[in-house]
Amino acid sequence: MRRKVTIFFIIVICFLLQSTVFQALSFASISPNLLIVVVSSFGFMRGRKEGMWIGLFCGLLLDIFFGDVFGFYTIVYMVIGYINGMFRKIFYPDDIKLPMMLILGSDLVLGLIMYLLRFLPRKKVHFGYYLGHIIIPEMVYTLVITLGLYFILLKINQHLEKIEKRSAAKFV
Amino acid sequence: MKRKKTKFSIPARYLLLGLCGIFIFVIFLSYSAGTSGGPLNSVASYIFVPMQKGINSVGTFFSNKSDRFQTLEEVMDENEKLQEQVEKLTTELNTTKLEQYELEDLRNLYQLDQQYSNYKKTGAHVIGKGGSNWFNIFLIDKGSKDGIEKDMNVIAGSGLVGIVIDVGPHYAKVRSIIDDSSKVSGMVLSTSDSCIVKGDLKSMNEDRVIQFSELKDTENQIKEGDQIVTSNVSDKYLPGISIGYISEAKMDSNNITKSGTITPSADFEHLREVLVILDKKTDAVADTE
Repeated sequence: MRRKVTIFFIIVICFLLQSTVFQALSFASISPNLLIVVVSSFGFMRGRKEGMWIGLFCGLLLDIFFGDVFGFYTIVYMVIGYINGMFRKIFYPDDIKLPMMLILGSDLVLGLIMYLLRFLPRKKVHFGYYLGHIIIPEMVYTLVITLGLYFILLKINQHLEKIEKRSAAKFV
Repeated sequence: MKRKKTKFSIPARYLLLGLCGIFIFVIFLSYSAGTSGGPLNSVASYIFVPMQKGINSVGTFFSNKSDRFQTLEEVMDENEKLQEQVEKLTTELNTTKLEQYELEDLRNLYQLDQQYSNYKKTGAHVIGKGGSNWFNIFLIDKGSKDGIEKDMNVIAGSGLVGIVIDVGPHYAKVRSIIDDSSKVSGMVLSTSDSCIVKGDLKSMNEDRVIQFSELKDTENQIKEGDQIVTSNVSDKYLPGISIGYISEAKMDSNNITKSGTITPSADFEHLREVLVILDKKTDAVADTE
């Protein structure tokens, strides 16, 4: 329960920051994607199922407030959370390379999906432009934010796991 | 001894497949029937909108601060230019005023008092933007409880901003005309030739312009700087709202139609307050029928 409430607040805060403050702080109309950092991090820290549920919740929020086709973001974020969860076995908290690569990879995949499913069908064929001006800048900006945000999420998760372990030990 | 082991749990991959199935169905429903979150909209509305309103004032504060870094020199330069413009515009205004009186007389004569100043409007604040860098959909802080409905037109100061695509109790989603999937039926004010105005992410990011196409101009009268307004044949947009000014026009390869770019009248970079027109095109059509 404690975990659910905490994650709910993390998602809410990231969503609100992304849709307000970071829109005002955008560079060349590009703003970072905080929700993908949350979905991806909890995916590889906690496994497939939790990644999937967090992805579903984040996607729903985006669909309700900014989606034009309801359900699209939900599926994409849910699948991204699930796939990140598959890397839990090779995740170690001390290693920074894997989390960074996974978060960046998730953002890249998200960008490619947006292009392939939402832009290409409308005959927007300049893939090079969209890659260079939307996808990569978003990845770079997201990476900068990730450097701070990821460690906050990691610490929160470790703290939660410690509490959970302690209360589980009481019942043995 | 472990607790909760008796609780049945579905393997993650089946859960994923099941949920994917559900949401693919939801997407189809949304495409075909135009449904949206339904009850989720109202729940989300009560939780998020008040917070967004609060945080957004913080965001505005930051962007105001960053705007202030503009050097004094630039501002002085701009001031000089603006002074010139003021003089030019004053002369222009005087001529227009004369023409205005004439127009008013004529209009009374023809009883054409349907004007965009006569539409009922309500002001709203922009409280959130984004979701992704690919689309340009934003939120305003008024919803169905304030009389906003789907398909209402949204304007800001000098021109058309977009259209309401979804409403919740206390918020509404607006798709702006610079959104990559937006299409507006427009016409050239001077010649009444119709065209289609499309938002474009690429040209908007590069040159701050949007695209128009299928403009029939057989007599070659159209030139740069001509004003484009919403056309009277559009099914969702009210007629005569300014969209922007032609910045570039060239003949298509078929030698019949023209296409090119438009500089939008509304300032999409600093969108804070917008006006929602409470009259809908569909209502107006229903009234006359």
